Amino acid sequence: MATSAMFILDLKGKTIISRNYRGDIDMTAIDKFIHLLMEKEEEGSAAPVLTYQDTNFVFIKHTNIYLVSACRSNVNVTMILSFLYKCVEVFSEYFKDVEEESVRDNFVVIYELLDEMMDFGFPQTTESRILQEYITQEGQKLISAPRPPMAVTNAVSWRSEGIKYRKNEVFLDVIESVNMLASANGTVLQSEIVGSVKMRVYLTGMPELRLGLNDKVLFEGSGRGKSKSVELEDVKFHQCVRLSRFDTDRTISFIPPDGAFELMSYRLTTVVKPLIWIETSIERHSHSRVSFIIKAKSQFKRRSTANNVEIIIPVPSDADSPKFKTSIGSVKYTPEQSAFVWTIKNFPGGKEYLLTAHLSLPSVMSEESEGRPPIKVKFEIPYFTTSGIQVRYLKIIEKSGYQALPWVRYITQNGEYEMRMK
Amino acid sequence: MTDSKYFTTTKKGEIFELKNELNSDKKEKKKEAVKKVIASMTVGKDVSALFPDVVNCMQTDNVELKKLVYLYLMNYAKSQPDLAIMAVNTFVKDCEDPNPLIRALAVRTMGCIRVEKITEYLCDPLRRCMKDEDPYVRKTAAVCVAKLHDMNPALVKEQGFVELLNDLLSDANPMVVANAVAALTEMNEQQTVIEVNSQMVNKLLTALNECTEWGQVFILDALAGYTPRDERETQNICERISPRLAHANAAVVLSTVKVLMKLIDMMPADSDFITQLTKKLAPPMVTLLSAEPEIQYVALRNINLIVQKRPDILKQEMKVFFVKYNDPIYVKMEKLDIMIRLAQQNNIAQVLSELKEYATEVDVDFVRKSVRAIGRCAIKVEASSERCVQTLLELIQTKVNYVVQEAVVVIKDIFRKYPNRYESIISALCENLDTLDEPEARASMIWIIGEYAERIDNADELLESFVEGFHDENTQVQLQLLTAVVKLFLKRPGVAQALVQRVLSLATQDSDNPDLRDRGFIYWRLLSADPAAAKNVVLTEKPLISEETDLLEPSLLEQLVCHIGTLASVYHKPPSAFIDPAKAPLRQINPIPAAKFGSSLLDTSSTPNAARNGSAAAPTVIPSQDQVIADLLSLDLNAPAASANTGAFGGAMSGTTSMGGLDDLLGLGGDPMPAAPTNSASYNPFDGLGGLGGAAPAAPPSQQPASIGGLAEIFGSGGFGGSSGITYPKELWLDASKAMGMQVEGTFVRRGGKIFMEMTITNRAMQAISGFALQFNKNSFGLIPVEQVNPAPILPNQSQNYTIACDTTGAVQVTTPLTNLQVAIKNDINAFYFATTVPLLAYFREDGQMEKREFLEEWKSIPEQNEQQFTLQNTHNMNADAICTKLQQNNIHTVARRQVDNQQLLYHSVKYTNNLNVLSELKVNSQTTSITLSLKSKNLMAIANINEVFQALLN
Repeated sequence: MATSAMFILDLKGKTIISRNYRGDIDMTAIDKFIHLLMEKEEEGSAAPVLTYQDTNFVFIKHTNIYLVSACRSNVNVTMILSFLYKCVEVFSEYFKDVEEESVRDNFVVIYELLDEMMDFGFPQTTESRILQEYITQEGQKLISAPRPPMAVTNAVSWRSEGIKYRKNEVFLDVIESVNMLASANGTVLQSEIVGSVKMRVYLTGMPELRLGLNDKVLFEGSGRGKSKSVELEDVKFHQCVRLSRFDTDRTISFIPPDGAFELMSYRLTTVVKPLIWIETSIERHSHSRVSFIIKAKSQFKRRSTANNVEIIIPVPSDADSPKFKTSIGSVKYTPEQSAFVWTIKNFPGGKEYLLTAHLSLPSVMSEESEGRPPIKVKFEIPYFTTSGIQVRYLKIIEKSGYQALPWVRYITQNGEYEMRMK
Repeated sequence: MTDSKYFTTTKKGEIFELKNELNSDKKEKKKEAVKKVIASMTVGKDVSALFPDVVNCMQTDNVELKKLVYLYLMNYAKSQPDLAIMAVNTFVKDCEDPNPLIRALAVRTMGCIRVEKITEYLCDPLRRCMKDEDPYVRKTAAVCVAKLHDMNPALVKEQGFVELLNDLLSDANPMVVANAVAALTEMNEQQTVIEVNSQMVNKLLTALNECTEWGQVFILDALAGYTPRDERETQNICERISPRLAHANAAVVLSTVKVLMKLIDMMPADSDFITQLTKKLAPPMVTLLSAEPEIQYVALRNINLIVQKRPDILKQEMKVFFVKYNDPIYVKMEKLDIMIRLAQQNNIAQVLSELKEYATEVDVDFVRKSVRAIGRCAIKVEASSERCVQTLLELIQTKVNYVVQEAVVVIKDIFRKYPNRYESIISALCENLDTLDEPEARASMIWIIGEYAERIDNADELLESFVEGFHDENTQVQLQLLTAVVKLFLKRPGVAQALVQRVLSLATQDSDNPDLRDRGFIYWRLLSADPAAAKNVVLTEKPLISEETDLLEPSLLEQLVCHIGTLASVYHKPPSAFIDPAKAPLRQINPIPAAKFGSSLLDTSSTPNAARNGSAAAPTVIPSQDQVIADLLSLDLNAPAASANTGAFGGAMSGTTSMGGLDDLLGLGGDPMPAAPTNSASYNPFDGLGGLGGAAPAAPPSQQPASIGGLAEIFGSGGFGGSSGITYPKELWLDASKAMGMQVEGTFVRRGGKIFMEMTITNRAMQAISGFALQFNKNSFGLIPVEQVNPAPILPNQSQNYTIACDTTGAVQVTTPLTNLQVAIKNDINAFYFATTVPLLAYFREDGQMEKREFLEEWKSIPEQNEQQFTLQNTHNMNADAICTKLQQNNIHTVARRQVDNQQLLYHSVKYTNNLNVLSELKVNSQTTSITLSLKSKNLMAIANINEVFQALLN
């Protein structure tokens, strides 16, 4: 049912940290891990789950380390993978960048954390803020030794009592990422919006918060069907939100963790006009040169402006001597990713810009066939949500009765925004 | 200064140096030394020699140091059990420390020290910690019980820890509840220590709202093992867990899906509730596709199961499975699989244009799979086949080697599905003959040439060019080539006379491969003995290939759906297939189908030739003859003992074999001892054929003492039966070819209030097999064998009959249909699994007779929706008396009869072994042959299939 052992390996498969939770597997089996993985990668059948004799490895790769869980029963893989990701999150709260060197540098605290976060293979407390209250990097004397915070086992396991702020503030960021996939002939194959409500909470005590959105289900239920509302296809909440309450009356009520966290994410598939549309015409003269004409169109309201727009156009990897001409922004050739990047700092709505590019091709064709990476676009549009979602209110109630100010920001940005090339 | 410095000491005499430092008076130095020791341990250096010195550091007031020492202890205690005892005192003392953190640390570590001697000392502190005032200690102690159970299950029971753990389920603290349930679930996996009951479920559902994300997963996984009592409870659980679908943690979501998928099956399929519920399932699963790639992969593997089980849930979501350029390859492959599963007439155009796009990418494996996918679309959606073939042709024009090869392979399948429709493209295929260098593609191309030999003018030349290098070909290609040439010869004898002789001699004389030789001999014999018959066999019409390929076998799918989110769901294998049986006892092992249904169909399609067809067809022919034989025998005997020799000699010959056997049998119909000749009869036909293969396993008929003994037993037990209740003939449970030569046939009967499993084991292997053991998986009625199979050896080509008494005191798990039973049978070679059904009749109790009043009250108390009506055919026009007698003989007890006009109303009661009642009303009309049957039961599931029992009894 649970993880038998956890390992942190470097890229060569050498163990940096190992923690045996159940003593029911051969700890040397991990030495086979990297060979197994490479073998599978060669076969093209690498998956995040590998088997060696009767040991199963479930793993993720993060920067230059592997986090591997070894197990030998029919474990809940989803739980293990989520736990591994959680480990990375917690470690990064402790020592920022989680990579080979920092893991070595902090092995003592990692052992302590692994001991606290998992027992006998069952995940336990994984809230880094709570963990930080009793697992610190300074050695402590027993007399003043920390006790397990109440929160560890409480129903509110993510917030400790007795937090104090002089100025009580809440920041709400509504960030929408637009995922779009368009075919080479310009049809939008798939488009969805993945939104996220992130909070930074600086509030005293144990505040009770209630967030109101222009959620369509809620609006229709309360007879305000006519006001502008948004139909969310799927919503996911941070564990602080009372799910059963949401299920009954769509109220988002919660006691927030302290500091920054993601309150909720949502997803909706709506047919929206692609915010930034790229049209290309390419002329390939094999063995000599290739030329591009790129047209970028912004298809959102004139009042809004997209910032830091980057249009990444892939080119053949053996192209050279690039020449660019454009009326706006700057163009940079990045041979390391076989592309050129057209950067436009401010791109107002309803505008159209042109870029022409010429690159030379070698007279000898390369043997290796190349894939056809899609065009990618990066952008940020502040004060704007594609879905039209709005925060109607954020009520903050605490028994001391202080006034707290909520600040709300909206931003739309690119998610996986891809257009295939001909 | 960072910790990395501890790794850097590489001087000689390191251990010695550390020893000194560990025994230093200075605390700081000690701590540094322990850190160095841990660092060495981490990189795999053996520092066990320092055990006593490290343990000496245990008594410290520094928490960090204590933790490090504990860590060391956990790693090395096993290698130094005697020294580990030294630490016990400190542990026990720490368990009473005023600081809960220390108490928990001590009990947690102590449980991890897997030394038998320490467990004795663990019990008292553990008991105290389970009742500790601090929830942090209690939650740690709860897990510790599971640790102890892992080492010494008996001790856990003895010391009453199960009860204490059960108490913790009612703890006020949600995290304690969650850990207690995790520990219990874990222990239950080993052996049932406590049954999950509805009271417990209620507690869990309450705790669900308050505990951490991981706790929610533990609880949901525990709920997945629970079967609710009735529909109301089922619905209640669904309502209370479905909000979890909105949890940010993917594990919580998938575990919720798992429980819901299980419960949905238990409710009437067409209710509004189910419609609403299934609607809720799709969005969270789609959202999982935006998770981290590894989680996406797990989600996709599970979606693959869900789509097979309930295609409706995701049928609108095709687009989300479109492959993105930067998806990891494992995600791409899985998405492709699901796209094909969801492909339908209304979305096929989109799917095809995507697949075509993918077929031009760079990753070879992905491209191949995409090309195959196009072929599968053609087979699945008939209306699109034209476009698919067109697309494949375009891809062939690209001349990219592996694309062409894959295309040829799938086109062969398309030809099989739509014969005589796309043959016009053969010429385009033939152009690429030279580029085919992979066996599968070559074999497919050769099959096409052979199959359409009459339309390809130069078929003989093409095949001849392949025959040139016959010996360099892969077996698959050789077999295909052999068949293709024979086909050519049969279709156009003129052009292939010389070729066929050449190929036959190549196959029979110059080859070491037994399959090839055997096939060669069969063709040779067929062609020389009876060319007309050869034509019938070789050019026979092939069964159509199925639309869906790679479908999981239904019972496996059923099982995997119960394991959503786990390794089993990722591997698409039952847990028993990858878990060491030493860890998981036999009773947990669930059936592994010997071959996936879909893929076995595919197999025949990829090597579609006479011999294969012959053997593929054989199983469908032979069992029916078995049944005929069995039926014949059952005229005289309650338990038939036929063991017709099946499949021992593949292909067409086994057909003749059993035909011969049957003739003989028919002739012997009136014989007072019919079973004994059966054995020899089934061997007789081999005598005539013996000379052919040279390997006929002809056993002298005299070597039959075992089965004669078995017969005596049957006669003996037959006498007990007494009643003329229906006895189902033995059916083939396990084919010799799938169980390394062990063939098992059997049936279940009820006699004298007991259920018996009648089983015949036949040894078709070359060596004696022995050491039989039998086990049933959990089933609806808790059926378990109460005696074991006699493990005495069975000699080759002999059979042994067994009568095994069973009762219904085993663990219960509802299966659909109720009568399903999964059986594991072991011999000295291996363990094998099969699924069968137990006749429902076997579960009807003799004492099920209800009082009239009792009957009436129960009839009224059961609501309308629990009533089902069926129409039965009274083919023999039995009158009411005859029907009642017949039913009574089979423990369907007559409660009352009444005459209304010219209709007879008969009331019966049935009582299952688990004391569930089913009430029935039969309306018999003397004017017509149809009888109306109404069935009622408090538990709707109990009704299932009873109507079939009635019908069977009427026939």
